[in-house]
Amino acid sequence: MSAIVLLLLGLGGMAAGYLFYSRFIANRIFKLDPDFRTPAHEFEDGVDFVPTNRYVLWGHHFTSVAGAAPIVGPAIAVIWGWLPAFIWVVLGTIFFAGVHDSGALWASVRNRAKSVGALTGEVVGHRARTIFMIVIFLVLLMVNAVFGVVIAKLLINNPGAVVPVWGAIAVALVIGQLIYRRVIGLGIVSIAGVIALYSLIYIGPQVPVALPDQVMGLSASASWILLLFAYAAIASLLPVWMLLQPRDYINGLQLFVGLILLYGAVLIGNPMVVAPMINVDVPPGTPSLLPLLFVTIACGAISGFHGLVASGTSSKQLDKETDARFVGYFGAIGEGSLALAAIIAATAGFATLADWQAVYTAFGKGSLTAFVDGGAAILAGGLGMEVGVAATLLTVMAALFAGTTMDTGLRLQRYIFQEWGDIYQQKWLTRPLPATLLSVISCLLLAFGAGGADGSGGLLIWPLFGTTNQLLAGLTLLVITIMLVRRGRPAIYTLGPLAFLLIMTLMALLLQLKSFYDKQDWFLLGLDIVVLVAALLVTLECAAALKKAFAEPAEQT
Amino acid sequence: MAGRIIGALRRLNELGTQYYNAPYRAAIARAKRDEEDLFMLLVFSEMMGIPNPAAWSTLELQPLLMDRFHDWHTRMGMERSPLDHFRCC
Repeated sequence: MSAIVLLLLGLGGMAAGYLFYSRFIANRIFKLDPDFRTPAHEFEDGVDFVPTNRYVLWGHHFTSVAGAAPIVGPAIAVIWGWLPAFIWVVLGTIFFAGVHDSGALWASVRNRAKSVGALTGEVVGHRARTIFMIVIFLVLLMVNAVFGVVIAKLLINNPGAVVPVWGAIAVALVIGQLIYRRVIGLGIVSIAGVIALYSLIYIGPQVPVALPDQVMGLSASASWILLLFAYAAIASLLPVWMLLQPRDYINGLQLFVGLILLYGAVLIGNPMVVAPMINVDVPPGTPSLLPLLFVTIACGAISGFHGLVASGTSSKQLDKETDARFVGYFGAIGEGSLALAAIIAATAGFATLADWQAVYTAFGKGSLTAFVDGGAAILAGGLGMEVGVAATLLTVMAALFAGTTMDTGLRLQRYIFQEWGDIYQQKWLTRPLPATLLSVISCLLLAFGAGGADGSGGLLIWPLFGTTNQLLAGLTLLVITIMLVRRGRPAIYTLGPLAFLLIMTLMALLLQLKSFYDKQDWFLLGLDIVVLVAALLVTLECAAALKKAFAEPAEQT
Repeated sequence: MAGRIIGALRRLNELGTQYYNAPYRAAIARAKRDEEDLFMLLVFSEMMGIPNPAAWSTLELQPLLMDRFHDWHTRMGMERSPLDHFRCC
């Protein structure tokens, strides 16, 4: 089958979802009101609350939520064949993610732009808020530990990417200085930055860098992970204008260029999908598609992390309430299109089925390697790019995403520690340095505690990241549903996805519990139990809060 | 025609700047506000005769502030540093 069909069907489906379904949700369910005075206007302070152009806000929202997850998840999930992953990415984006993301924006905007955590406390109850804090800490811990391993693996598999991945940091530092000191206009700096980045991608394969197999008893993977965490700790302590801001900016530009190149190459080269439609011959040890598909593909379809961004920063900058449809729903479509590109790269970028099977030898294998190798073949076939350069380009794209998410993740984790220092009156913990150190130590404990000497613990817990992240999405959907019920509006459009997510998450957690017990992996078993207890508590909170909301007379708003 | 192109480019540049600033606007504004608050505190405490607790530490900043100080006094029309004990040029 031609990958163009997959591309057009996927993009067409998502476009139809935006044109019709999102309009229905925005007008009939959320009843977005262009005259509603949004918090950006009501509390405008030039700091947090600033009415922002909707295209700009979409860019901010999309690039903030897009990490390595929409690539990693689908690239792993095609092990069950391309069809299940394709259907879940397209339908999940239309009926789950879009509603969740725009709903989170709406819910926050209607509540003085409060974050979803604060909203949970107010709308659902204080117990739910406590669970929320635990879940969010776990999600951040897992994201940081996972992405450390993911980048380390990418750098080892593709030594040509080392120069551009680390060089991008230098490019960002220079851009930050140039823009901050207003030496040259932003337009010229942006073009120069992108050219510098792509020059590094061209130079990278010619100067490959590989760490020695053993450095002071540490494997190459462990050394990279330690280096990455040292970098992330420094990056999260530096002022944002110096590194994070310009790094996120060129990363966003790179994403747009990368997506255009990949889609263009598919349209020109017309590669064939060699992976089976439904893989009946999965490698031994592969868990069942149901429920694992729905937690493996997290950000490509629905993700709780999106709710955090939507209610954290985006809602404070929404100019008009009706923009929630474009920013939230279309932001989810952007994420879905990235996941679609990952599916096409990981299924159509191989010459034969045997080549594909040689990569997908076990569950969790393939992943980013399949995306990079497959995508490179597509870019080479469609645009005539050299395979090494194309592979470096995709590696850099994935590594930069994972890197910027790690920077932000570590910073957020530091804030949580500082907040706990405040709550429990531990003054030393409120300082940035000890809080950052604790964040790094907790991530390294997970990476090396669960993964042994090579520090790959992050990847082992990937399915747990999926479940925790989906729980977070469940909590956000619960808040939206209760708000809808209280207003006497149809709640089925959020209640349906909420019930589906909770059932899949609980099933996945129970299955994993058994597999960790069988493997006698006590560390992951303990972590699984924590998440499972949180999931059960969320389910009970859902039932109690909904029962109460349905019993109350609806407000007519 | 040329005017329209220039207008469009200007608008594009404006949107690009907004896109660049949107995610970090709050963090930077807050950092700037903190800096100004600290400055205000130091100025007021000196004015009220309270010894500046950061005076000793700020000595470390001298190399960093030297250029800015020089820019300042030349901008103010003074060719040389007005402070006897602080000669920058």
